[in-house]
Amino acid sequence: MREIHYNTIVDAVERLCMGSNYFLGDDVIQSVRQALEREESPTGREILQEILENARIAREDEVPLCQDCGYTVVFVDIGQDVHIVGGDFNEAIAEGTRRGYTKGYLRKSVVAHPYSSRVNTKDNTPPVIHVRIVPGDKLRITLAPKGGGSENMSALGMLKPADGREGVIKFVVETVRKAGANPCPPIIVGVGIGGTAEQAMLLAKRSLLREVGRPSDDPEDASLEADILTRVNKLGIGPQGLGGRTTALAVHVLSQPCHIASLPVAVNIQCHSARHKEIVL
Amino acid sequence: MKIQTPLTDDVVANLRAGQKVLISGTIYVARDAAHKRIVEAMDAGAPLPLELQGQIIYYMGPAPAKPGQVIGSAGPTTSYRMDPYTPRLLAAGLKGMIGKGNRSQAVKDAIRKYKAVYFAATGGAGALIAKSVKKAEVIAYEDLGAEALWKLEVEDFPATVINDIYGGDAYEDGVRQYAIPD
Repeated sequence: MREIHYNTIVDAVERLCMGSNYFLGDDVIQSVRQALEREESPTGREILQEILENARIAREDEVPLCQDCGYTVVFVDIGQDVHIVGGDFNEAIAEGTRRGYTKGYLRKSVVAHPYSSRVNTKDNTPPVIHVRIVPGDKLRITLAPKGGGSENMSALGMLKPADGREGVIKFVVETVRKAGANPCPPIIVGVGIGGTAEQAMLLAKRSLLREVGRPSDDPEDASLEADILTRVNKLGIGPQGLGGRTTALAVHVLSQPCHIASLPVAVNIQCHSARHKEIVL
Repeated sequence: MKIQTPLTDDVVANLRAGQKVLISGTIYVARDAAHKRIVEAMDAGAPLPLELQGQIIYYMGPAPAKPGQVIGSAGPTTSYRMDPYTPRLLAAGLKGMIGKGNRSQAVKDAIRKYKAVYFAATGGAGALIAKSVKKAEVIAYEDLGAEALWKLEVEDFPATVINDIYGGDAYEDGVRQYAIPD
């Protein structure tokens, strides 16, 4: 049994909050550069350049890439041989969020009650935490701040098994079409297929943690990703919705078994500010 | 094209969907909760904390300014959430809005009727856009935190005309130009 202290988790989360908001990943930057080479729309190219310039300023000045510093979504893999000591695990993540968003001059975007008073909690808590227990004695924390503009374009489709692969493609492409300029394209389309309704949505979000543009390890999912990406980029929405070839930088699919009666498909759209940062303790 | 606030009818009449502009002067910042309060004040016949005549409202909630900064990252938020309030504000003299994403038909109709304009700024480019803000102060609703009402002085704030008074729509034009049928 390995012990990990509450304070170690607080410190890690604090650093992840700032790091993820200031530094756009090399995978995203690379992917935008590649899009720039292919983009036919002059306006689209200008916007892709602005995105790169924005990332440079954020990195150099250590300021948030986007004023929407997101809802703090935290994915945790806890080794079954880890013993957390010195305090409450969930509170450690919340305290790290509180400190990271305050010290890092990050925008606090959480309101305490969703449909009535909507009073800002002023420290971006509570975070959303997804925990898996895995073999080993490590603790992996992945922090993914998620902006409201793209999150609001999420969709869940409970398709019929007869709808099949083409039904999945149609649902995803239609969701992206409807989202249009709203989620700050170019986007990364997270797709979760199978499981149950809530599991599909979690798969969709988890798929966004993958390095942008790296195909799925599953050949069938990888082929589906390529087909959806082609169809999405035929929509013509383009960077910021002003027309062009780059509506999405990538499509990421995660699938798993499901009930004989079901074909759940979830779409979680990620804007170009595709922030996620990980630490293994 | 460079434009100056407050906007006049002549300036607005010269703007066309798809055109790029650099905006200078005063702009106000309000998003969801601030819009709700402004409209509630209008309903109650109470004085408004901002001038609407000829003005521009920017849909934005800035990140906190680091020491030495005028304002933190300051990119646009998605506009459609303000749609329920917008026709009221346009009827009261508001001439421009800056945000990102599509507007409702009711807003597009009001833009034509009241001779106003809807601009988009680049979503997610908050660090870059903040450089065009020269002065910033909260003028009302401070308790709303990220959603407070701000007054900004901007210089060459980059934006694109999306909806003009002639019914032009830069999003529709863009998709039409680049869509490839299956």
